[in-house]
Amino acid sequence: MRAPPVSSAEIVVEVQKLEKRFGSFIAVAGISFSVQRGEIFGFLGPNGAGKSTTIRMLCGLLAPSAGSGRVAGFDIVRDAEKIKTRIGYMSQKFSLYDELTVEENIDFYSGIYRLSKAKKIERKEWVLAMAGLRDHRHSLTSELSGGWKQRLALGCAVLHEPPILFLDEPTSGVDPISRRQFWDLIYELSSQGVTVFITTHYMEESEYCDRLGVIYRGELIALGSPRELKARHLQEAVIEIECDRPNEAMELLEHLPEIKEAALFGKGLHAVARGADAAPAVQAIREALAGAGFRAPRIESITPTLEDVFVSLIEARDRADAPQTEVQR
Amino acid sequence: MNLRRLWAIARKEAIHIRRDPRSLGLALGIPMLMLLSFGYALTLDVDQVPFVVWDQSGTPQSRDLVARFRASRYFDFRGAVENYRALEHEIDTRDAYLGLVIPPEFARRLDASRAAPAQAVVDGSDSNTAAIVLGYPQGITTTFNQDVMLAQVRRSTGLAPSPALDLRPRVWFNPDLESRNFIVPGIMAVIMGLIAALLTSLTIAREWERGTMEQLISTPVRPAELVLGKLLPYLGIGMLDMAIAVLMAVFLFHVPLRGSVTFLFAVGGVFMIGTLAQGILISTVARQQLLASQVAMISTFLPAFLLSGFAFAIGNMPVAIQVITYIVPARYFVAMVKGIFLRGVGVATLWPDLLFLVIFALVVAGAAIRFTRKRLG
Repeated sequence: MRAPPVSSAEIVVEVQKLEKRFGSFIAVAGISFSVQRGEIFGFLGPNGAGKSTTIRMLCGLLAPSAGSGRVAGFDIVRDAEKIKTRIGYMSQKFSLYDELTVEENIDFYSGIYRLSKAKKIERKEWVLAMAGLRDHRHSLTSELSGGWKQRLALGCAVLHEPPILFLDEPTSGVDPISRRQFWDLIYELSSQGVTVFITTHYMEESEYCDRLGVIYRGELIALGSPRELKARHLQEAVIEIECDRPNEAMELLEHLPEIKEAALFGKGLHAVARGADAAPAVQAIREALAGAGFRAPRIESITPTLEDVFVSLIEARDRADAPQTEVQR
Repeated sequence: MNLRRLWAIARKEAIHIRRDPRSLGLALGIPMLMLLSFGYALTLDVDQVPFVVWDQSGTPQSRDLVARFRASRYFDFRGAVENYRALEHEIDTRDAYLGLVIPPEFARRLDASRAAPAQAVVDGSDSNTAAIVLGYPQGITTTFNQDVMLAQVRRSTGLAPSPALDLRPRVWFNPDLESRNFIVPGIMAVIMGLIAALLTSLTIAREWERGTMEQLISTPVRPAELVLGKLLPYLGIGMLDMAIAVLMAVFLFHVPLRGSVTFLFAVGGVFMIGTLAQGILISTVARQQLLASQVAMISTFLPAFLLSGFAFAIGNMPVAIQVITYIVPARYFVAMVKGIFLRGVGVATLWPDLLFLVIFALVVAGAAIRFTRKRLG
């Protein structure tokens, strides 16, 4: 989607066998990865997969149960406070002060980050311009819309110009236009050399990332650029089907020998064939649907999206886990 | 510790206070209300005790005794009764607190220089008041006896003897023994402690509940900056509360303020810092506003009310409880406020109490800083 960042292969985030347990629950199960300077690194996974837990460990907000990691050259266990001077963090929940005005929130965080007087004014104007809040500087933060709040939160997190930015599902609950604007800001920061570590469960957002880690049930199940993930994990052809009663159609298709898996996708279905050649699968689907009396105006082979990859990865993982759960039972 | 960051926190906290006029109103209004109600209602003085008389003697001697009761400001004559049943009725209906029964042979026995019994029936349903009420006839009886004896001696010898012991008591600091004079300074201390801990008990718990704490602990802010920055604006409110209380004590309740006003406020400031820090400590451990405010209320109000010696003398408590009072900061503060108000003493006398308050403030603030963890979970 965009050119890979032109930078030396300097590693700014690195974790090894990072693990977090809450009692007997394993939230993050020994993951290892690294992020290069200037990269936009996406952490993709369903809710509860361990995304937030990982990001909190990287920011020094949670102590890992096992494993190690370094952020901006500092150990995440021993030097958590040093890390905090070099990162910006935006938590999942909006966490500025509702009863303060826009300007007061910015001033508060410039005080916390000890910006000089000149810098403070310069950065405040930058944040207000960036977030489009110039005319609302005296508004109470509680009165802002979701998109504005989120841009203000981003502004407050980067007041001190941190080299690494951690964003935990920054765009959840925000309208698509605001989400798009937010990504423009992320690109802008990234072009200035800021490393962005972002978690999301929006598929189209993960396409914007330079590199992705897919996390599921606390485990890192895939790692690579969006293109690599598609090439590596989904060699089979993907067929898009537009039909009525997609729920029932999905049941039918899942039992065809030519089809590996089928999933609801928008108003229709996506089916993964058993091989790279789509033709036999398309033929089989057409016959099966017609035979069962479904109306299917469109059945065609498409380029797989990341969502197809994601669904396929997770189904593969579930299939691999299934026998174990039965044995445990 | 960085002063810029401390100041940023203090300013933010001050804005929170300003934007929440209802809480600010409560913070200033509750102390006034409490001081008013306690100052007027909580009086330990017993006077104008209503009493009735069943005078079966009906002689000058018995009338003299009744007249002495009627003349005392501690008694309020409610009339004469003619039998026990009527007397009982007066006490049952609480129209009288004391019934004086003078038997028919009262004057005859007096004249014969024999002991002349009279009966005082007291409503003992409130034992404290009853004990005080029982003390009053004692004084009247003593002077009555003295006069009778003097008259007898004079009659037999023609000389007026002088009594052997003439004790002349003088009450210092509170000559009229107005209980209000020591209750108002005491209740001031109780109120300030309660309000101070309540104010700060919400601050850190609120940040945890709203999720703003997560953002804050991702910054390089230090626990000491956070705790002291939050403490500062509430110290301002606390001192304002104290000023209101002192003004009310002096101008509304006319409690004499004999010591140094500056010293009084310095002592108040030290006490306030310790108690505000106690609120923050509770807040940072509880992480929930409701829990924190309840703990703050119980941990300040109860000891301050019961164990500070503000209303109940510490010397009368069982030894084990007396030992506990030594770790109640309100005990020292109440002692100092009373000392400054009534006895007019200063640091030369009160330094041990002040030292304890300073140590308490340091220890609790230190604990609050220590327990303010910059980690989730």
